[in-house]
Formats: sequence, structure tokens, C-alpha cells
Amino acid sequence: MAVRKNQATLTATEKRNFVSALLELKKSGRYDEFVRTHNEFIMSDSDTGDRVGHRSPSFLPWHRRFLIQFEQELQRVDSSVALPYWDWTADRTTTASIWGPDFLGGTGRSRDSQVTTGPFAYATGKWNINVSVDSRPYLQRELGSAVRQLPTRAEVDSVLAMTTYDMAPWNSASDGFRNNLEGWRGVNLHNRVHVWIGGQMATGVSPNDPVFWLHHCFIDKLWADWQRMHPTSPYLPGGNTADVVDLKDTMRPWNNVTPADMLDHTAHYTYDR
Amino acid sequence: MSSNLTRRSVLRGTAVAVAGAALAVPAAAAVANSAAPAMDHSGHEGHEGHDGHSGHGPQPFDETYQGRHIVGQPAMGGHMAHHGGFAVTIDGKELHVMQNADGTWISVVNHYQTFADPLALTRAAVDKLRGAALVPIATA
Repeated sequence: MAVRKNQATLTATEKRNFVSALLELKKSGRYDEFVRTHNEFIMSDSDTGDRVGHRSPSFLPWHRRFLIQFEQELQRVDSSVALPYWDWTADRTTTASIWGPDFLGGTGRSRDSQVTTGPFAYATGKWNINVSVDSRPYLQRELGSAVRQLPTRAEVDSVLAMTTYDMAPWNSASDGFRNNLEGWRGVNLHNRVHVWIGGQMATGVSPNDPVFWLHHCFIDKLWADWQRMHPTSPYLPGGNTADVVDLKDTMRPWNNVTPADMLDHTAHYTYDR
Repeated sequence: MSSNLTRRSVLRGTAVAVAGAALAVPAAAAVANSAAPAMDHSGHEGHEGHDGHSGHGPQPFDETYQGRHIVGQPAMGGHMAHHGGFAVTIDGKELHVMQNADGTWISVVNHYQTFADPLALTRAAVDKLRGAALVPIATA
């Protein structure tokens, strides 16, 4: 059973193995399929129509399933690898070790936002951006540029305190835990982190940056933490909701998994704390 | 959940209705508003004027910004019409845009940050592109 750890606690060997597995998925073409899938959902999920991956209750179970599938691909390369999570309330500066040359590399250079350090720099020849919204083939970041601060622990705690999972109209206008965590209203957690990183992470093709997985792994952990804090609060809605994935509806693109199947992550992995 | 076919039909119907409304009432609102702060997602009550569903579509534009030709206009149908009934191009290439329930806008280039209207959204995309051309994204 995989144990997902805080990225700040990984050993040098664990970092190296994780990076190697990412590069191998990239080389095989498998990585880019995840980027493409994510972008297709982000472009089609809409507040007034069918919505599955984002701006809807299934944001959390959809990404949980997406991460499990990605983690399984990594483990096919190296069975010792598990997804790490990035607690951006703690490791919140542009000089944190997550951005070191031995892990994800740093921010982009001022001229064109191109990441030039670490294993995903364009000059390595191993990380070309193939699924893109524009013509630039290199990974970009502008850490802390479009928005100055990452969310604080106090802001996270204020969202974890919300007792209701989600509320009508089940979209970006909703109150409740899911939408405040996603960030379309309130203190803005998940969305703000995408914006803070900048580059591809601010776009529909955000999984082009490997930090996507560490960010979403922490969002997934916050869902698990919330469940533990509110054991009697169910996933909502329970049924018969147009355009929205109810508890026992199957989710695209898999069509064989429901939010109910995703509520207990311990069947697939555990967290280090 | 509805099937894809149903979803498309529903979305098309919505988009056509919104585009029609936008043509009938050529929008008094949205004069070069600056981008909404990334963190401020509370208090969007003031955006009714930009909400396609209330009958006031966003204001069309056609200008040169930072050396790029940007055009925004009501979408007349086709695949551009899905989200909010408004279509944007940068140097003739489509920028995928979408309207949120509160009337704010996002694009595929700035997908996690909301903007008050399509013009502010498009200018932000130009800033972010730094001269790069948009490319069509292959979808299944």
C-alpha cells in the first residue's frame, strides 16, 4: 500500500526515483495523455451545463480518481514511488526546497518565464510541452508573480471548519466546503495556488507542470482531513441532480467509478499523517 | 447525468439564446474594467450587468493591444458558442473563454483567475502569451 508523504520529508533517493518515473512517463507519451484529459474536462465543465472535473461537487472525487490512475502509471515504472504532497501553507516561498534543482526546479527566467533549472528545464531535452494552448514548447513558471501570497494555515482551517460538503447550485457560485476549497469563492485555496505558480499551471493544460500532482495531492489530503473532522457530513448531492455527478452516478471519462467509490481513500493509499 | 449528445443540445440552445439577447441589447456595460483581484471571489453581486443571462451581453471589442489584434464579439453559433455566447480571437486565433455563474470570465490561458469582462480577460491573455501564438487544442 502506497504511503503518500509530505514532499519536504522525501529523501534524496525518493526525490530521484519520483523524478525518474515522471521522465519515463513523459518519454513514453503516457504523461501527455493526462494533460490532454485534464484540459478537455476543464474546457467543457461549465456552470450552466454538464460539469464533472471542476466547478462541481465531483471536483474532489474526480481528481482523486485521476491521481490514483496517474500514481498507478508511476508505479508501473517504479513500484516504490508514491505521489508526494506539497503543503503550500508551510513551504510557501520561492526558495523552498520543492523548487530546488534536485526536485522540481525553480521559477522561470524574467525574459520568457522559461524554467531553466532542474530536471524539467527545456534544455534537458526531456520535458517538451506538447499539449499546449500556445506555441511555446518549454515549461514556464512565474512563482508569486500574479498573486503574492499562498494561502495560510489559518485560511485552510477556516475552510476545513465548513460542515456542509457542497450546496446548490453545485457550481462556482456554491457555498460550502467543496467550492471554498476549490477557490471560486471565499479565501480561495486551490485556484490561488495555480495562479501563484503561473506558467502552464495557470492554464487549462496545468498538468504540464509536475507540481500539479503535488498540489492536487495536498487538496486530496485536505478532503481526507475534512472527512475525519466531519464524519457525519456526506458527499452531496445524493441523487437526481441535472448536469451534476450525484453520489452514485458514474464519472466520465472512466464511466465505471462513482463518488461513492472514492470516499474512502485508504483502499488505495494512506497519508503519512 | 445527461449524455454528451443531450449536453451539447442543451448548451447550444443556451448559447444561441444568450447570443440573441446580446445582439438585441448591445451592452452598455464593460468599459475596460481592470482584472478582478485573484483572491477576491466574495461580493460578486455587482456583476449582474455583465451577466449574459440577464440580457446584457459583454461589450464587443476590436483593438490592437501590445501589438496583438484582439477581437471579442457575440458568438453566432458553432463550437465557440458554448460558454457565455461570446467569442474571442487573438491575431485571428480562437481564445477559449467561459463565463462563470457570477458573471465573471476565465480563459484557457487564465483558467483559475476571474476577470470582470472579456476585454480584461483577453488583455491578460496577451500579457501572458508574451508574443506567442495561440494554437488549436486537439480534443477528443
